[in-house]
Amino acid sequence: MSGPLFTLLRRDLGLLLLGGRRGGATLPVLFFLAVAMLYPFAVGPDAPLLARTGGGVIWVAALLAAILPLDRLIEPDLEQGMFDQWALRGIAEELIVAVRMLAHWLSFGPPLMLAAVPASALVGIDGATLRIVELGLLAGTPGLAALSVMVAALTAGLRGGAALGGLLVIPLAIPLLVFGAGSLAIGGESGLALTAAFSLVLLAITPFAAGAAIRSARS
Amino acid sequence: MQDCRIAANNLTCRRGDRLLFRGLSFALSSGQALQLVGANGIGKSSLIRILAGLAPAYAGTVERAGTVGLVDERPALDPHQPLGEALRFWQRIDGPADNELAQLGLSALLDVPVRYLSTGQKKRAALARLLGQKAAVWLLDEPLNGLDTKGVALVEQLAAEHCRVGGICVIASHQPFNLTGLNRLDLAGHIA
Repeated sequence: MSGPLFTLLRRDLGLLLLGGRRGGATLPVLFFLAVAMLYPFAVGPDAPLLARTGGGVIWVAALLAAILPLDRLIEPDLEQGMFDQWALRGIAEELIVAVRMLAHWLSFGPPLMLAAVPASALVGIDGATLRIVELGLLAGTPGLAALSVMVAALTAGLRGGAALGGLLVIPLAIPLLVFGAGSLAIGGESGLALTAAFSLVLLAITPFAAGAAIRSARS
Repeated sequence: MQDCRIAANNLTCRRGDRLLFRGLSFALSSGQALQLVGANGIGKSSLIRILAGLAPAYAGTVERAGTVGLVDERPALDPHQPLGEALRFWQRIDGPADNELAQLGLSALLDVPVRYLSTGQKKRAALARLLGQKAAVWLLDEPLNGLDTKGVALVEQLAAEHCRVGGICVIASHQPFNLTGLNRLDLAGHIA
């Protein structure tokens, strides 16, 4: 079983990270940086205010960046009949979804964590806060990846699925955002653990929920 | 070729709230071929998907022994990738393939992105994927669509060769398919 696993991951990374289907990892990162850059323009040059709210903005930008590739996570493969061919070869949808979560996370999680360094300079947050933001992103982005894949599978094949998907991810991501951004408040470090816990729950249920959604979309 | 078999018992297919066909039965064993014929919309493609196990039958059962390969209107090849790369993905899963590219006249197209291929070339590429899969039971949904006369002859020859070595072919097509020993099943006789 390790053979197809590696082959699938390689294909997914080629498509999502390197941008075989438009954009790749650069698009979410540029989007993320653009939001971080625009925010000081909108709020004005009030350094203490920017520093106090900057962490939260980074979190919202990360959430929106994770949604960007939503419409190409599951739908194209369903349309092209890839899932049919995998099913005929006895490769479980759950396995494919698990691989895709990993590939999606690799294509936006680590790049966003890197981009958070210049973004933190743009909104003027200090090193200690940046450390917590980075830890929060490390704990929270896998959950965002899982959530995006699950919603992409649930909305695949629906009319207006992409727009609907984005709309569905946002409320479901509220716990990640509350705990993740909440960890930046004074004495809020326990938020990191809760963010990680919520991520783990999403990582655990997504393969099964998305697998079932794909099977039902096929028939 | 492994021993293979595919049998439909009393299949009924429903699309939305409409029954397409009912009481459809047949059995094929190693080396046999069957052509499903009937007007557009009569349920040929639905039947192929039920036989492949990709869609549930409303009633009835399908028995399968042996691996199943499917070619339908979607080639299941990444449109943005060059053909060679897209086919290599399936080769990595199915195991190395020998000479099907030359056989299907695809050797010169390997660095052309799949989305630039014509309908017939995509069909040939899908057949290359099927050959590489080395499946025992072939389910071909309109395999001749978009193919030129040479391509049609090639598919007929591939199907004949597949049956000769003990495989099964189920071909859904309203075009004449030239294959010795080909049985025909007209879905019009099973309209619900």
